[in-house]
Amino acid sequence: MNSGREVIDGRLTVEGFSVAARAFADKWKTHNQSLPPWSWVPLINRTLLLSNQEEGYLSLENILILSSLEESTEDESLNVATECSEKEEPVDHTILVQNQENEAHYYDFHIVYSASYKVPVLYFRGYCSGGQPLSLDVIKKDLPSCSVSLLLQSKWTFITQEEHPYLNRPWFKLHPCGTEDWIKLLSQSSISAGCQMPVELYLVSWFSVVGQVVGLRIPLEMLN
Amino acid sequence: MANEAVKYVWEGAIPLQIHLHKSDVASHPSPPPALVLAPRIGYLPLLIPHIKPYFKDSLPPGEDSIWFDYKGVPLKWYIPTGVLFDLLCAEPERPWNLTVHFRGYPSNILIPCEGEDSVKWNFVNSLKEAQYIINGNCKNVMNMSQSDQEDLWTSVMNGDLDAYTKLSPKLKMATIEDEFSRKASLSSPQSRQGATEMDVAGQIKTARVPVRLYVRSINQDFENIEDVPGIDTWDDISYLNRPVEFLREEGKCFTLRNAIESLLPEFIGDRAQTSGEERSRDDDNTEEADGLLREMGEIKLARIQGIEMKLEIPFSWVVNNLMNPEFYLHISVLVKAPQR
Repeated sequence: MNSGREVIDGRLTVEGFSVAARAFADKWKTHNQSLPPWSWVPLINRTLLLSNQEEGYLSLENILILSSLEESTEDESLNVATECSEKEEPVDHTILVQNQENEAHYYDFHIVYSASYKVPVLYFRGYCSGGQPLSLDVIKKDLPSCSVSLLLQSKWTFITQEEHPYLNRPWFKLHPCGTEDWIKLLSQSSISAGCQMPVELYLVSWFSVVGQVVGLRIPLEMLN
Repeated sequence: MANEAVKYVWEGAIPLQIHLHKSDVASHPSPPPALVLAPRIGYLPLLIPHIKPYFKDSLPPGEDSIWFDYKGVPLKWYIPTGVLFDLLCAEPERPWNLTVHFRGYPSNILIPCEGEDSVKWNFVNSLKEAQYIINGNCKNVMNMSQSDQEDLWTSVMNGDLDAYTKLSPKLKMATIEDEFSRKASLSSPQSRQGATEMDVAGQIKTARVPVRLYVRSINQDFENIEDVPGIDTWDDISYLNRPVEFLREEGKCFTLRNAIESLLPEFIGDRAQTSGEERSRDDDNTEEADGLLREMGEIKLARIQGIEMKLEIPFSWVVNNLMNPEFYLHISVLVKAPQR
């Protein structure tokens, strides 16, 4: 019987998600100083839920993305800068080339648990400094080129625009189908060492793949 | 093989009176409202071919981006029409007065709708999710041929239950045993496939049922249901898209109430049931018990397919007879919030 402490079948229980989320946020904070930390948003604030265990989602917001020219394929990750506050200048970022619209693009990322598929799902949205939402076409220009070509192959089964499960607004979502299969693959190394993947590492492993789609790389140290 | 209840569900319809929004009226006099009968299991964008002819002469020039609102609230086009009606009209309004817009799509609130394709994609996606919940995988939907998928969707669009009944077995959805026929069918092998998790002894343990719960919460009791105020925004509704884990226990019946309470734990226990009785043998605990009861919320009303449900009905019957064609059970609930 799954105690919730181990990853079975590449899927997570809702309690496992809470544990994995905390572990992920802690490791991120420790190893990823160049980016702001993820925060936990409890569902209690947004719905009538009053469960025994705290349910919620992870949120990383106001990430400033500066896209580079298409010819520059050296570094596939986005040139991410942190925005310290609205008043100060951003600290230590390199503007390679301004994006085509010559404006700043901001992104919000939410990692939400899907009770149906028992896996995490990445929701994200982009907007300009005035708050106007960015279309998928514009966002595609900010994404690494490999995920753009995947997008072009299938319009309906990769990144789709759907309603955020809790916020009543359109967000973009990374389709969860298949998640448990590649998590199973990722956890093979643990299994061959004679143990299951501990649940604390689930989101770290998951994000090491998913983050790359949206250009957010995580340092290798986080996988330890 | 479709039973009578399913026939009623498929035949259910809402009479709509659709008014063109005044900012879209470019003619004088403004056109009269369109009267349309909308299938409960259908979706508003599918009605557009029936509605547009009424108004096409009145529209200003330009491209259409069609959306509907009810008393100022933009309607989510991917929610079945019957569910929208049950949820937004505390007291059923017949005909249901809606406003149609051909311009100014609120894309900061509603996801875009590119006509029938979007509705079909939403349906297939929900079907996949439902199958994943019931069967543990969605390979049957994924492996369905393009033409079968097309035909299945067409049968839903046209409200053709016969065609749907011929095609849906191809989905190989595991069935939820009806509580009443459970003992009779316990010996039949197909009843145990997929939907239920078996423990080591082979006893049927849990099933997962796709449910979409829409909760409207009010703070006070109302004499008449028509006095319940309408919603101003979708933030007034709590939406839960999560499966009900259906625990089967010998000798106990899992009711609709059990199902709703499993999704809304703070509404467990009916205040009406316990308040009038001699609930407390132990007088020392009376004050505590009072406080606890006050904290509990109360399920005032649960509507499925337009029916005000008695909460004691076996949940398996509700699922098998009242679910939508994508295998989701949509439940609109009115609750009185717990007092704190």
